[in-house]
Amino acid sequence: MPHYPCQTCHISRAQILRPSTGTRLCAPCFTLAFETETAATITSSSLFHPGERIAIGASGGKDSTVLASVLQTLNTRYNWGLELVLLSIDEGIAGYRDHSLEAVKRNAEVLGLPLKILGYEELYGWSMDAVVAQVGRKGNCTYCGVFRRQALDRGAAVLGVRHVVTGHNADDVAETVVMNLLRGDLARLGRGTSLVTGTGGAEGGFASVKRSKPLMWAYEKEIVMYAHHKRLDYFSTECIYSPEAFRGSARTLIKNLERIRPESILDVVRSGIDMARLVPGAGGEGGSGSLRVEAIPRDAEDDTGGGCSGDNGEDAGGEMARVEETLRLNERAEEEGTETEIRLPAKAVNGQRHDRDGLHTGPPAAALPATVNGQNHDRHTHIPDIAVVPIRTKQEKKSGRKTAGDNLPPRQRLGQCERCGYLSSQAVCKACMLLEGLNKARPRTGIEVGGAGG
Amino acid sequence: MIDSIPIAVEFTRIQSKTHRDSPVASGGLELLFSNQRKHQVALPASNPEGTPSTVGYLVKWLCENLIKDPRKEMFVLDDSVRPGILVLINDADWELEGEEKYELQANDEIVFVSTLHGG
Repeated sequence: MPHYPCQTCHISRAQILRPSTGTRLCAPCFTLAFETETAATITSSSLFHPGERIAIGASGGKDSTVLASVLQTLNTRYNWGLELVLLSIDEGIAGYRDHSLEAVKRNAEVLGLPLKILGYEELYGWSMDAVVAQVGRKGNCTYCGVFRRQALDRGAAVLGVRHVVTGHNADDVAETVVMNLLRGDLARLGRGTSLVTGTGGAEGGFASVKRSKPLMWAYEKEIVMYAHHKRLDYFSTECIYSPEAFRGSARTLIKNLERIRPESILDVVRSGIDMARLVPGAGGEGGSGSLRVEAIPRDAEDDTGGGCSGDNGEDAGGEMARVEETLRLNERAEEEGTETEIRLPAKAVNGQRHDRDGLHTGPPAAALPATVNGQNHDRHTHIPDIAVVPIRTKQEKKSGRKTAGDNLPPRQRLGQCERCGYLSSQAVCKACMLLEGLNKARPRTGIEVGGAGG
Repeated sequence: MIDSIPIAVEFTRIQSKTHRDSPVASGGLELLFSNQRKHQVALPASNPEGTPSTVGYLVKWLCENLIKDPRKEMFVLDDSVRPGILVLINDADWELEGEEKYELQANDEIVFVSTLHGG
């Protein structure tokens, strides 16, 4: 079979058929094109500023490995003056991260970048293995997601970094779009399809850490090809606790579409962005200053990375849904200025919650039950369920805080988590909420480990 | 041996890791092939129908002769390479070479690259 010549240099034999354009390129022309396009994504959106410190969320997998390599290459080539560091999270799943972290270490050495590894064990006193032993395999992804998000934030703070980049690619984003559509969760489209999220938090806190995905327009296929032809050192692994059922189906759909019509992937991403703009109150394409920093949606958005399906609540069953609802209520109460602290109940059933004695005496009781029923504060409650507009109901139910955040001036009071002392806009940070539940149940196992809150 | 052609087959970037419990929940192609990344195989020069061996036939042949694992569907779906697995023929995208219809030559190098999730 005759070989095609490269359509850029017209000399070498073509080795890559680009899914986005159908162009046939040789390996050197392809890697250059890939880098140039990533640079265009970055510069056209002014993603970085000169001298900015950037933490690269590094899992040792293909995406973050390619991201680190490309950013380092571009930083040198274009003299961006960025200070790049690698940030890895060790969830503490025996046999899962070991090889990946070894790959990260080798990459740090090759690229000459500093590396910070943070483990759940040291951060929270609970490795994921221990969490799973405690709560079982159902719903453990929620713990992992909340812990990882905070771990990245804490790691960023430790490193003095305000911007974390992740390796999410176009296939990841397309999968997330499809999943959000299949769930009827249009409110999350904006976050999942945004280049930058998490801006607009309070100054100085870990909540103000910005997140972006510079490879969100890059095909997974091209990322793999880039890694292959640049001989990058990475290790692929999937979480042994993650059944991946739902995301797996979305992924199969996307991959099948790609085979028939490769442009489909970017088209789904674009459609996701366009639809996000149409969702009332969702703020459209992200990066707008009004976006509040929302840990739970961020966790959901992030679930495409790090080898974790982490479909919060999807496979979690009712109990995790309640835990998450409790977290949401806590944040919403915070916005309302009611300053209620909600203890994570061992059984948070039927909206029964106990205000903490003494410390906070706000009037939360009126606001909280309303949100339990999926009604929004903006409506001043008491609107019967029949009267609500369907699309808003869903959206508000899923991301009521975002809506509230758009309408109300953010009233974040930065303080410290009273448990772990970490900067937090709430009295007790999310990780500590989950930890409380874990630690309460712990005596049953007969194992006692002190200082779980870190 | 006169009727076979030597082919180098490689399964790259395929994870191998602890199988804590359900083997279905994880695993990668390499595991299907005796945990060995590189294989030197002697492929029949023609398929049973008498036409020259193609990559499509190689895939079928690998399933019948090399896979030591019942989970063939991790490698092949509906009689073709599972979507998401990239195939390189002599370091070029197989889509440039005719995909499954590519007729194998002696000493060709075929690489199956997993795009497994988890970056």
